[in-house]
Amino acid sequence: MTTTTDPIRAREQRTGWLLLAPAALILLAIYAYPIGRAFVLSFFTENLGTGLEPVFSGVDNYVRMALDGRFWLSIWNSTIFTVVSLILELILGMAFALILDQAFRGRGIVRTIAILPWALPTAIIALAWRWIFNDQYGVWNDMLVNWFHILENPVNWLGNPTWAMICVIAADVWKTTSFVSILLLAGLQSISQDLYEAHSIDGATPWQSFRQITLPLLMPQILIASLFRFAQAFGIFDLPQVMTGGGPGGATEMVSLYIYATVMNYLDFGYGAALVVITFLVLVAVVALSTFFLSKVRNATGVQ
Amino acid sequence: MTTTAHDTPRQTPPAGHATPGAQSFPLKKVLLWVAIIAVVLFSLGPVLWQWLTSIKTNDAITELPVVYFPAPNQYTLQHYIELFTRERFGAYIFNSAFVAITSTLLCLAIGSPAAYALARLRLPGEQFILAAVLIVTLFPYILLFLGLLEIVRVTGLANNYLALIIPYTAINLPLTILVMRSFFQQLPRDLEDSAKVDGYNTVQMLTQIVLPMTLPALVTTGILAFIFAWNEYIFALTFMTRENLKTIPVAAAQLGGTTLFDVPFGPLAAATIVGTLPLILLVLFFQRKIVQGLTSGAVKG
Repeated sequence: MTTTTDPIRAREQRTGWLLLAPAALILLAIYAYPIGRAFVLSFFTENLGTGLEPVFSGVDNYVRMALDGRFWLSIWNSTIFTVVSLILELILGMAFALILDQAFRGRGIVRTIAILPWALPTAIIALAWRWIFNDQYGVWNDMLVNWFHILENPVNWLGNPTWAMICVIAADVWKTTSFVSILLLAGLQSISQDLYEAHSIDGATPWQSFRQITLPLLMPQILIASLFRFAQAFGIFDLPQVMTGGGPGGATEMVSLYIYATVMNYLDFGYGAALVVITFLVLVAVVALSTFFLSKVRNATGVQ
Repeated sequence: MTTTAHDTPRQTPPAGHATPGAQSFPLKKVLLWVAIIAVVLFSLGPVLWQWLTSIKTNDAITELPVVYFPAPNQYTLQHYIELFTRERFGAYIFNSAFVAITSTLLCLAIGSPAAYALARLRLPGEQFILAAVLIVTLFPYILLFLGLLEIVRVTGLANNYLALIIPYTAINLPLTILVMRSFFQQLPRDLEDSAKVDGYNTVQMLTQIVLPMTLPALVTTGILAFIFAWNEYIFALTFMTRENLKTIPVAAAQLGGTTLFDVPFGPLAAATIVGTLPLILLVLFFQRKIVQGLTSGAVKG
């Protein structure tokens, strides 16, 4: 449109780059450098065996990873955690959003309460859930045994591999359903009521309206929420680290916990870098796929 | 396109969506209230339980069956006192607050000009920069910690507030840029044009005319940045190893007894409340701003 020979325009652009520079520098230093560095370091062996000096070793780290059962288990754990918690958060988040969208007295305060879990520190919330699931004095056991009489005896929830994973997922669902419902609620509010009225005049049931109006029009928000939740859940660290420490017996060791242990406990920087690279690539692949779908959906619904 | 449409009263029929007959009205209303109470209990339950645990005596905490509401002689503030006498929670609160506030201010100071440039100044490659900023918000911190650990080691910044302030500034920059950019785009352009006619250069116009108008947006973004900085765990765990420099989430997570069998349930619960209280207050006072910021940061981008 405008040519850069225009002196005012040129000065404007120079100012623009100056305004952008500090932010760009910090982002490059904190995001681009560590990722790039992990790519480089992943081709080196740098651990106690090499006296913590990087020694070029080609794809050794990646070969080792392919044969590393603990790595595959951690990827599996992260995948299970991510998929199950994402599905539950979407269903529950949608339910919350629909409830919070109704007109009722005290709606403001209920909305405030509903976003509370999202705002609290995950590491500290992990403590709260560890206490709830405590095998001796935990309130969850007490409720199941003494209120609902579902259990005869208390269960050691976090000491059982399957239950421990379920408990960590439950804590994450509690923590982040509110995030999903905030995004979905904003989407619901942008759907015109006229659509529903016209639809119900045509004889549609509320369920049909939900299927045919709400879901399609909310698709962009659903996908964006899923995208954010996927990335955060796949890299989750603080919740399992504090709640179970990856235990029992590695049953809740997510890939992030394995990376952390590799670097901080075993001082195996080269292998840790290779783990970072693979996790990064998995994330990028999924994000690329879903942005592709997102743009398709956006084109289909005409929502920008 | 209106992001500020939340909470504006909408024309909804009083009984929710399209209720045909009057008979179904009470049942619907009952169901709605059951659902609302479920949402409230679900959201508050774990926090309330921590709070109840934190004000119970040790005997009441370990009594079976579980004591839900302590008897009058079972209340104590001992667990809180312990946090500030035996443990150094005063220092931890200071560390968390100092790091979170400093990085938030820094983030606003660096992010808003960048957002303005991306909103108004028609830079070449703008779309590419925006896409990069958006993708960066998706990176979990675990991917960064190895590289940052090296930087921290080489620069000798371990156990220095800067080791947290700089990364926290960075992790909040994408959100700041996205939210502030969408705000700047909604500002009337005439204002800036007439300022230019009056002879202001871009920087003068930004500081003297645009900045005062952006205060609400800065508050919105600042609250979100503060929350993220206060809650951050992995960098704080890794870069701050000296006891008196720890932040609240790390200190709380590391609270332990003298032996494996002596878990300090009371102080742990009290630490939960101390660490979450500032955020609970923020949410209570700024619920609308938080929602506004989150939706415009995530959905608009």
